[in-house]
Amino acid sequence: MSSLDPRINRLDLVKTLEAEDIAQHQHWETYEVFVQAKRGGHHTHVGSLHAADHDMALIFAKEQFARRGQCHNLWVVKTSDVYALDTEDADMFADNNEKKYRNPGGFKVSDKITAYKKAQKQDKTETDD
Amino acid sequence: MYGGGYIYDPESKNQATIVEDPEMLAAFEAKIDRGEKIEPTDWMPYEYRRQLIRMIEQHAHSEIIGALPEGTWITRAPGFKRKMALIAKVQDEIGHGQLLYAAAETLGKSREQMLNDLMSGKSKYSNVFNYPAKTWADVTVIGFLIDAGAIINQLANSKGSYAPYCRALKRICAEESFHLKQGYEGFVYLATGTPTQRTMLQDAVNRWWPPIMHFFGPADKVSVHTEKLMRWQVKMDTNDNMRNEFLEQYVPKIWELGITIPDPKLRKNLETGRWEYTEPDWDEFFRVINGNGPCNKERLDVRRWVEESGRWVRQALYKPNEMYKMPLA
Ligand SMILES: [Fe+2]
Ligand SMILES: [Fe+2]
Repeated sequence: MSSLDPRINRLDLVKTLEAEDIAQHQHWETYEVFVQAKRGGHHTHVGSLHAADHDMALIFAKEQFARRGQCHNLWVVKTSDVYALDTEDADMFADNNEKKYRNPGGFKVSDKITAYKKAQKQDKTETDD
Repeated sequence: MYGGGYIYDPESKNQATIVEDPEMLAAFEAKIDRGEKIEPTDWMPYEYRRQLIRMIEQHAHSEIIGALPEGTWITRAPGFKRKMALIAKVQDEIGHGQLLYAAAETLGKSREQMLNDLMSGKSKYSNVFNYPAKTWADVTVIGFLIDAGAIINQLANSKGSYAPYCRALKRICAEESFHLKQGYEGFVYLATGTPTQRTMLQDAVNRWWPPIMHFFGPADKVSVHTEKLMRWQVKMDTNDNMRNEFLEQYVPKIWELGITIPDPKLRKNLETGRWEYTEPDWDEFFRVINGNGPCNKERLDVRRWVEESGRWVRQALYKPNEMYKMPLA
């Protein structure tokens, strides 16, 4: 074979007869990667990668997700160590908006204050007379 | 880089249609109509999953194989800055491949199986990478025009319905803007340089124009299948629309530099607002995609060599008792 790339011409490409039978999991386990973009911020999930152990996962995470400087710290977690809800169960969160007492909007004060002030004013005008 | 609109799919013809649960299907389609994204653990139709795996996998292979013609030029890039930029770009492309393999894995196909299918020829990659990068001018044409085409395709796909693919594409598109600018700078440098540099660039444009016109694939067949993929937001635009968009944005940028395009019919029809061109040679396209292009063998041989040469390392670190799990998102 004659390639335009001298490096390729130097390779012994003849022995590549059985490349395409990679056994399952030969490319190791998957890790989930979390990036803290700035000191003081949250670590945010950015993706996953394959690695043989945690140290390798950190090196790959640095190469893959922190090449352009927007990173202060990295976490890697084995995917198999993450417990997650099923996205199909999202309806369990549906009635959260009905729990008004959990939100500032669930508490009304301005009507009472206006009524109170109005009553005060009336009292004052009555005594003044 | 490097999606391209064309998705090689030999199975679609001779496959029995799978009948989906009508209620599940209706709920799924309603979700897409509401503009909600589909996550990996959501219910999805068989055909949606199959088509997405095929599409994302071929996109991933294209990134990995696409890095080869450019990687070839790292040792010969003219000057230190261009060499460093090309290394950075090639690393980005490999990174894109990794992101996309991970997105395809969330649909249930293992990375090992995808690589096996790439090397055996069962699954394809973008056809443009079966052509050689003969001179440095080719590298600038690839960086400018092939990446430009890829951006049009990837921006469209990033608005699709499958969440992990969209997330990967968002990141990829941000990096592509650096590739485009880097390629454009190299292109402009040659176009505004010496007569020899201009001739070298013109020669590269002449050779790359047919594969560039092939890039988005042949016109979509009007079919129930295509309609369904568009309804499910798997396919976001027609191949012809994307090609037209590409011509609209980039032909003027080539012409203003006094570089010509080897197609006498190429012009914008001002009444229709669309570009007219000589129909690309689709026989050539299918001949090359089926393995008979100038570089098909070299590309796969190199990929196979890498896989085999690294195997002893992977085996030495392999832990048979570890539990593999599909990536989460
Ligand atoms: Fe890319
Ligand atoms: Fe690119």
